[in-house]
Amino acid sequence: MRAAVIVFPGSNCDRDLAEALRGAGADVRMVWHKETALPQGLDLVAIPGGFSFGDYLRCGAIAARSPVAAEVVRFAGRGGPVLGICNGFQVLVETGLLPGALMRNAGLKFICRTARLSVQTTDSLFTSGYKPLQDIDIPVAHHDGNYQADEATLDRLEGEGRVAFTYAENLNGSARSIAGILSENRRVLGMMPHPERACDPAHGSTDGAAMFAALAGAMLAA
Amino acid sequence: MEEPEITEELIAAHGLKPDEYDRLLEIVGRTPTFTELGIFSAMWNEHCSYKSSKRWLRTLPTEGPQVICGPGENAGVVDIGDGQAVVFKMESHNHPSYIEPYQGAATGVGGILRDVFTMGARPIAAMNALSFGMPDHPKTRQLVHGVVEGVGGYGNCFGVPTVGGEVRFHRAYNGNCLVNAFAAGLVDADNIFYSAASGVGMPVVYLGAKTGRDGVGGATMASAEFDDTIEEKRPTVQVGDPFTEKRLLEACLELMASGAVISIQDMGAAGLTCSAVEMGDKGGLGIRLDLDRVPARETGMTAYEMMLSESQERMLMVLKPEREADAKAIFDKWDLDFAVVGETIAEDRFIVMHGNAVKADVPLRALSGNAPEYDRPWVETPAAEPMADVPEIDPIDGLKALIGSVNYCSRAWVYRQYDSQVMADTARTPGMGAGIVRVHGTEKLLAFTSDVTPRYVRANPFEGGKQAVAEAYRNLTAVGATPLASTDNLNFGNPEKPEIMGQFVGAIKGIGAACAALDMPIVSGNVSLYNETDGSAILPTPTIGAVGLIAHADDVIGAEVRDGHVALLIGGTGTHLGQSALLAEVFNREDGDAPHVDLDAERRAGDFIRANRAHVKACTDISDGGLALAAFELAEAAGVGVTLDVTGTAELFGEDQGRYLVACNFDQAEALMVAAAEAGVEIASVGRFTGDKVRIGRSAAPLDELSAIYRGTFGAVFD
Repeated sequence: MRAAVIVFPGSNCDRDLAEALRGAGADVRMVWHKETALPQGLDLVAIPGGFSFGDYLRCGAIAARSPVAAEVVRFAGRGGPVLGICNGFQVLVETGLLPGALMRNAGLKFICRTARLSVQTTDSLFTSGYKPLQDIDIPVAHHDGNYQADEATLDRLEGEGRVAFTYAENLNGSARSIAGILSENRRVLGMMPHPERACDPAHGSTDGAAMFAALAGAMLAA
Repeated sequence: MEEPEITEELIAAHGLKPDEYDRLLEIVGRTPTFTELGIFSAMWNEHCSYKSSKRWLRTLPTEGPQVICGPGENAGVVDIGDGQAVVFKMESHNHPSYIEPYQGAATGVGGILRDVFTMGARPIAAMNALSFGMPDHPKTRQLVHGVVEGVGGYGNCFGVPTVGGEVRFHRAYNGNCLVNAFAAGLVDADNIFYSAASGVGMPVVYLGAKTGRDGVGGATMASAEFDDTIEEKRPTVQVGDPFTEKRLLEACLELMASGAVISIQDMGAAGLTCSAVEMGDKGGLGIRLDLDRVPARETGMTAYEMMLSESQERMLMVLKPEREADAKAIFDKWDLDFAVVGETIAEDRFIVMHGNAVKADVPLRALSGNAPEYDRPWVETPAAEPMADVPEIDPIDGLKALIGSVNYCSRAWVYRQYDSQVMADTARTPGMGAGIVRVHGTEKLLAFTSDVTPRYVRANPFEGGKQAVAEAYRNLTAVGATPLASTDNLNFGNPEKPEIMGQFVGAIKGIGAACAALDMPIVSGNVSLYNETDGSAILPTPTIGAVGLIAHADDVIGAEVRDGHVALLIGGTGTHLGQSALLAEVFNREDGDAPHVDLDAERRAGDFIRANRAHVKACTDISDGGLALAAFELAEAAGVGVTLDVTGTAELFGEDQGRYLVACNFDQAEALMVAAAEAGVEIASVGRFTGDKVRIGRSAAPLDELSAIYRGTFGAVFD
C-alpha cells in the first residue's frame, strides 16, 4: 500500500498516523501542504490530527483551502480512498468531501479519554476488519468533535449505512452519537477518535490496528 | 523618542536597591541611560539573577555519572543510554497565572517547552503542578477553569502529551495560585545545543514571532514614569500562540539538524536582553544588537520596550555565517520571521543600537557575572508542637471524607482536558502515580512524576524537603522505574522575611540530603519567591519533578489488580497522623510534625520493589491518606473491591514514609515475603482485593457508591 500523510503546519499526529500505516505494511510519504501534486500511484491519502494553522478560525477551514487540499479533493473524486482522523475529519468536512460540521463539544471542554465505539458498518475499506456492531476502544482527544448535520442528512447517512462508528456513551453531544462517517462512495472516512493511538499493547488497546490492517489488505487484493 | 531622566523614583520602580544602583554606577562609570537601567533591572531581578537563592542552590547535589548537563543551561540533560538523553526542567508561572489564568498558564507551558527544544530535544512529555486557594474563595473557580484550559490549550495544540501533575487546594493559595510546568524532551547525546556563543563576527539571528509590547516589565515592575513611555498601558502578561511555537519547534529542529547552528537561546523572562547577554557571557564574547532589524509587531516601539518585551515564541541564535541562506529557507518554509539582528564582538561590551543611536553600551560580563547576591538572614523554623489527640473514626467515614474532598478526589476533570496520548507513545496515562512514555523507536520507557506535600514543608522544612524527593522516588519506583534525576521548582514567600528564608533554607537542605541519598541529582530548576498577598505567604511549595528510566516494557509494573489478589503492605505499619490528609480534611486541623523520612529505609524499600517487580501485579506508593486511600485508589482503578484487615485510625490513615501497597497473587506474595525477609524490608499481608465492596474492619460500603463520590466530586464543585 502506498499512502500519503498530509502535513499542515500545526498537524501533530502526522508521525503517529504514518507509523500506524507503516505498521500495517504501508509505504508512507509525508506530503507538505504547499505541494500542488500528490505522489504518483497512491492507494490512500490520510489526513492526521492536530491543530492545522492553529485552528484559530473554524477547525480545518484554512487547511481545506491550502494547495494540497485541492489535490486531495481531486484524488477522492477519482475514487481514491481518503482517511481523515480528528483534525483530518474536520478538514474533510471543510472541503465538502463529507457532509455536516464539527461543533464545539457539548461540555465545552477538550476531552481526552478512551471511548468505546460501536462499529456500525463493515462495508468499507476501513471497517471490513471488524464485526458488525463490534465494540472497540479507541482514544479521543478533541475540543470540536460534536458532529452535527441537518435531519435529512443524518437520516440519509444512517439509511445508506454511512455511519461508520457511533459512541457507546455520547461524550461530545454528536447528533445520533456519530463518531465517524463515510462518503457516498464509501471510500472517504472521517472520524474523530484516533485509531493510530490504539495499535500497540503499550497503548492499552489494539482495536485501531484492524483498521490499518484492513486497508492494507484491501490494497493488496486490489 | 526622548528617554526619561533617571531619578530615584525611577530606580526604585525598577526594583533596584540603592546599593545595587551604586554597583551599577561602578560598572557603567556614568549615569545609565533609561534603556540601560531597564537592562540592568531585568538582569538583576530575583527571577533572572537568583540573588536570594543562589547561595543555597549551590549546595544541592547536581552531579552523577548519568548527568550530561546540570543546572545553568536552559534545561538539565541526563543520559538514558544508547547515545540518547532526556532533557527536562520545571518552571513556575505563578504571578501571570493569577492575573490572567488562561494566558498565564498557557505561556508557562510554552516557556518550558521552549527551554527543552532550545537544547535540540523534541518534547515528549509534560506535567503540571497546580496549587489553588479554597474552592469557596471567589477567585478560585475562575482560576481553576482558566489555568486548566490554558495548560490544555497550549500543550494540546503544540502536540506534547501531558502525562502527570498535581492539583491541590489550600487557603494559603487564596491570593497567589501556583502553576508549575514541567517538560521533558528526547535528544541524541551528540546533538545537544547550548547557549554559549563562539566566534567573533558571527551573525546573531532572531527567529520566531514578532516582538510586541506584551510582557514589557514582566520581570520588573511598572511605575508612573514607566507608563509615560508607553502610549498605552498593556498587561504585563504575555499572550501565547501554540501554533507559532509548534512551527518554531519544527523549524528549530530542522535547522539544528542542518548543522547551521552554533548556539541558541530562547527568549523567556526579560526577552532579548537576557538571551543576548547569556549567549555572550557563556561564550566569553560581547554582543552588538541593531534593534532596527528586530521584527516588530507594532510601530514606534522604543529600545527599552524591545529589550524588555516578553513576547512569546522567539529564539536567538548564533549561526554559521555561510549557512544563512539555508537557515532562512527553513524559516520561510514555516512562515516564521528570521532576521540577522546583530553580531558577536571580541570586546566585553553589550551594545544596543536603535535609530542609529547607541541606546546602551555596558560591559556584558559584569551585567550577568556581577549580579548582586545575598546571604539573607534566616531563622530555623521552630519544631512543630506535638499533635493533639486524634479521635478514632469509622474507617469508611474517614475514607469518604477524603475521596469526597477536592484534594483527594479523582483528578479526571483536570487531566481529561489535556491530550495525554499525542505522539502515540504514552504507556501510562494520568490518574495514578507516574506517567510513562516510550522512548520512541526503542524498548526503553521514561516515567515522570511531580511531588511535594506543602503542609509537611511548613511544619518541618527539612523533613518536608526530603519527603518531596522521597515521594517522587516512590512514584517512579511504583511503576518499575529507576529514578534518574530531578528538577526543583521552589515556590516560597518573601525571602526578605527571615522565617520565610528559613523555610527555604530548610527545604533546600532536605532536598539536597534526599537527592544525594536516593541518587536523584537536581539537573535544572526554578525559584519563585515573593508569593505573597497582603503579607500572607503561600505554603512553602518546593515541587520536585523527577524522571525515571525503565529498560523494557516487560519491566513496567502495571496496574493489573484482579479479584483474589493479596494486598501487601511494604515498609511498615502506619503510626504518624501529624499533618496528615485525614487531620486536614476530616478534623480541619494541621497540627503535629511532618512524617520523617528514613532515607536508608526509603532506598531499601525502593530497591526491593524494583528487584522483585516480577512478583508485583500492581503497586502504589503510600502517601497522603495513608494505606486506606492507597488501597481504595488501586481497587477503584481496577473496579474490584478490597477488604483490609486493619482497623486503627493511624494504621489506616497514617502517612509514614517509605511505604508501598502491592497487589499480587498468592504465589507471588509468598515469594515477596521470602525476598523481603532477606532484604530486611518489612512486609505484611493486610487484606485482599475482592468482591464489589470496600470493607475495612467491620464497616463497609459498595465500591460503586465510593467510586461515584471519588469521580464526581471535582465536577460537582467546579462545573
